[in-house]
Amino acid sequence: MKRNHILSIAASALLMIMIMIAPVLKMAGSTQTSDTRGGTLEVKIDNFSFTPATITVKAGTQITWTNADDIPHTVVSDEGVFKSKVLDTDEKFTFTASKPGTYPYFCSIHPKMTGKVVVE
Amino acid sequence: MAKSANRDEILFDTHDDGIDRRGFLKCMAWAGTGALCVMEGGVLQSFGLNDPARAAKVARGELSFVQISDSHMGFNKPANPDVIATLNAAVQKINALPVAPEFLLHTGDISHLSKPEEFDNVDKILQSASAKDVFFVPGEHDVLEDGGQQYRERYGKNAKGEGWYSFDKKGVHFIGLVNVINLKAGGLGNLGADQLAWLKDDTQHLSKSTPIIVFAHIPLWTIYPDWGWGTDDSAQALALLKRFGSVTVLNGHIHQTMQKVEGHVTFHTACSTAFPQPHPGQAPSPGPMKVPAEQLRGLLGITNVNFAKKHHPLAVTDSTLE
Repeated sequence: MKRNHILSIAASALLMIMIMIAPVLKMAGSTQTSDTRGGTLEVKIDNFSFTPATITVKAGTQITWTNADDIPHTVVSDEGVFKSKVLDTDEKFTFTASKPGTYPYFCSIHPKMTGKVVVE
Repeated sequence: MAKSANRDEILFDTHDDGIDRRGFLKCMAWAGTGALCVMEGGVLQSFGLNDPARAAKVARGELSFVQISDSHMGFNKPANPDVIATLNAAVQKINALPVAPEFLLHTGDISHLSKPEEFDNVDKILQSASAKDVFFVPGEHDVLEDGGQQYRERYGKNAKGEGWYSFDKKGVHFIGLVNVINLKAGGLGNLGADQLAWLKDDTQHLSKSTPIIVFAHIPLWTIYPDWGWGTDDSAQALALLKRFGSVTVLNGHIHQTMQKVEGHVTFHTACSTAFPQPHPGQAPSPGPMKVPAEQLRGLLGITNVNFAKKHHPLAVTDSTLE
């Protein structure tokens, strides 16, 4: 009986911890690093954000951004390395990462939207 | 929130560029319902539009004009599949006003994708408005791809720089600013050094008693930076206007009405004629808000501004398209 009670407390505590760290995990998810071994990688533009916000790819990987919002967005490198035209709903932009480096980018219409491409 | 018989007065101040929670909640309560604001001696008093007796007392001023905003011509998503119909409804609302406005101000996002036919459609619809003169400032949707070149060819032939300008009407100095060009990664709206220098030059010869009305697309007060609802260098513009006794700032962009008074400055944002956007932070993103069709026109609208020099009040009235 007592053991059951302790188990129950332990279970509750575990649940509490899970609830507490859930937002942290979620935050980590938005800047998660995705690794790919060549081929293509998809970045979704949705709810005024790039997901994943940071991607790490091997040189030669093709990256495709797709706008899933009802509002147009762009994908523009801070340093002018790549620049999409205005992407309306469901339109795509593709960039092939060739040179290693870190390429921060943003939406030039909604500059609070930022992302990063890391080419290894 | 705005009771029918009680005067509902805002008297809040902030030390930074935000708004306090109480004032914020009060502003939110008006969204889409319409409000009447009278400024007297730097204090904004507001009344619900469901108080016709009080509304009728507002002076028929010497200058009356209407602000419309965010017509997003070309938008066709579920949040409003017919933006032509709602812009037409806005024009009908304007034409039904008891005092015909002298002109219209359009605070940007005329088009959705900067397409020539989208601008053409707006121009055509606005031709049926009782007021023939329309003064524009661009929204970010009007300067896509070309940094605003097409916009300026259409609407800013006599404007300076990227499209800013000023004009005078019956003793009121109007200033149209552009804060949607050359936006920086991670930043908000941007005026830039050239425009600020022009603003200083434009206003320095005016007497401090000259009423000033500034209009621009993105709000010139920080409403919700996470959604880009603010302008990085707006404080510098407002500092240049600090010596004036009456400054009114009219903005669009956020597709809902909000108001704030700070010192001598009254800030006001207008509804869209196309689609509503969520209240700050109450949705994952500021994207178009889908509401039941029968509720849509209650969340869209126009803003009527009435200025009476003699008594020094400025009345800003929002009304929905219903």
